[in-house]
Amino acid sequence: MQFFGAYQLSNWKDKVIKLIFLSAASTSVLVVALIFLFLGNEAIPFARDPGIGELWQSRWSPVSFVKESFGIIPLITGSLLVTLIAIVLAVPFGVGGAVYLSEIASKGEKEFLKPFIELLAGIPSVVIGFFGLIVLSPLIKQVFHLSSGLNAITGGILLALMAVPTIVSVSEDAIRAVPGYLTEASLALGATRLQTIWKVTVPAAISGISAAILLGIGRVIGETMTVMMVTGNAARITLSPFQSVRTMTATIAAEMGEVPFGSDHYRALFWVGIILLLFTFALVLLSHRIMKKYKSLP
Amino acid sequence: MNRRLQEAALIWLMRALTYTVVFAVGFIILDIVWKGSPALNWEFLSQFPRRSGAEGGILPAIFGTLSLLLGSSLIALPLGMASAIYLNEYARHGRFTSIIRMAIVTLAGVPSIVFGLFGLGLFVIFFKFGASILAGSLTLACMMLPTVIVSSEEALKTIPMSLREGSFALGASKWQTIRTNVLPYAIPGMLTGAILGVGRVAGETAPILLTVAAFYLPRLPKSVFDQVMALPYHLYVLATQHPDATKVRPMQYGTALVLLLIVLSVNLGAILLRGKIRKRYAKLES
Repeated sequence: MQFFGAYQLSNWKDKVIKLIFLSAASTSVLVVALIFLFLGNEAIPFARDPGIGELWQSRWSPVSFVKESFGIIPLITGSLLVTLIAIVLAVPFGVGGAVYLSEIASKGEKEFLKPFIELLAGIPSVVIGFFGLIVLSPLIKQVFHLSSGLNAITGGILLALMAVPTIVSVSEDAIRAVPGYLTEASLALGATRLQTIWKVTVPAAISGISAAILLGIGRVIGETMTVMMVTGNAARITLSPFQSVRTMTATIAAEMGEVPFGSDHYRALFWVGIILLLFTFALVLLSHRIMKKYKSLP
Repeated sequence: MNRRLQEAALIWLMRALTYTVVFAVGFIILDIVWKGSPALNWEFLSQFPRRSGAEGGILPAIFGTLSLLLGSSLIALPLGMASAIYLNEYARHGRFTSIIRMAIVTLAGVPSIVFGLFGLGLFVIFFKFGASILAGSLTLACMMLPTVIVSSEEALKTIPMSLREGSFALGASKWQTIRTNVLPYAIPGMLTGAILGVGRVAGETAPILLTVAAFYLPRLPKSVFDQVMALPYHLYVLATQHPDATKVRPMQYGTALVLLLIVLSVNLGAILLRGKIRKRYAKLES
């Protein structure tokens, strides 16, 4: 009887403990829900007055004596331009680096190289931005004979550097997951090491590599401090990498501190946040889908 | 011959790409260390900034950053580790579990400035914490959560099933098993994950910009409802807002170096701990 009692007690206690762990695990769901809720909560009144169409304009000048304009198109194009430059630069370095580390480098060389990539992932974005401001932007200015080094290309180069660790580590996992029999079969048929890499290993890992690139894009498009410090922050629609641009992230960070609480400008900035969130959310979903697909391969 | 040459050229190309990145990292770090170390002295570390940061030290910023790290760890570590225990030890494959996992993946992808907006809307305004250490710590905690969960779960996965089965076979309950046969072996690995999470947020600027960071404060905070200065924001201010930017250059580099040292030593701690644990498990398994 006593044993039964103790068993019951422990059973009851176990259930409570499980419930505690379950509620801890639910926090993540709660936080995601709250993020959408609170961004929406601060943004929605803008949709009623002055209306959501106000956002779909080509001029962002939220503080004006004549008429404010909350067109976020230049901010979106600014973010996309910097992201495009960064990814075009980061993909060869990231994928090339991943292939080199996992297929070509010797074990000792890899052990020497890997910490540098991990170190890069650890450098705070404000330090990268500071370096860009002091060292890289004067260099860019000189090399391309520009009037200012604070432009999309300076931002793109620095962001590329920040995307590389993500691309390298996720691609490397994907390359390592390629079954050994594929590469062995290729080598046995007389293909050289490089032919095997390009025609067998990389194609077999391509979905993982594309997921890595998507995650890299997500990292770059959400990056704030670096772009705020080095892109010059002029809200204009341009395709030129040598022009100054203003990204969505930098706009929020730079203006949120000074806007009156509850004003149209304040609410418009929350809209920018929502659009940014939707962008990254879509990227995460897409890369997750792709990763799942490649993980289900034998 | 031609083909072999082509092959060698491509391999050298990939080598060059990899070493360019390594060179860039080395260059950035050396630049900061080289130009930052002359500024490091006792006065710099122990004094308040004077003349808007052009002279004096960065004590309040160091204090602020450390208090934010402590605050956010106190919130995120227990939550994250408990989540990992649930996911690895209790959860079954099902709809709810996949919702939790999807939420974690989403959270890991949310841009830092969006965390800032969220913290502003929820903690600063809705809960009326104001711009404060509490609001900033809660925001950073949300941000570090996914890293802590994912790496703690990795640690739990390495514990062999046989340890749990042995305990169950002796009649232990689920919690007794976890407490006596899983956690004692998994805790060091979970701590590594926790430290990696701390490293992730240590240098973050955007989330604290909107929830806690002060431009300049003449005193240290008295409670968690006070604002603080923080190293990343201080560096940003010195680098971009100071009227005489070149004159404060040594202070900028000094601040960057101190920030870098804090973030890197947190990460290094995690890496060293990880290496130590791997060695121990290699022994355990053999």
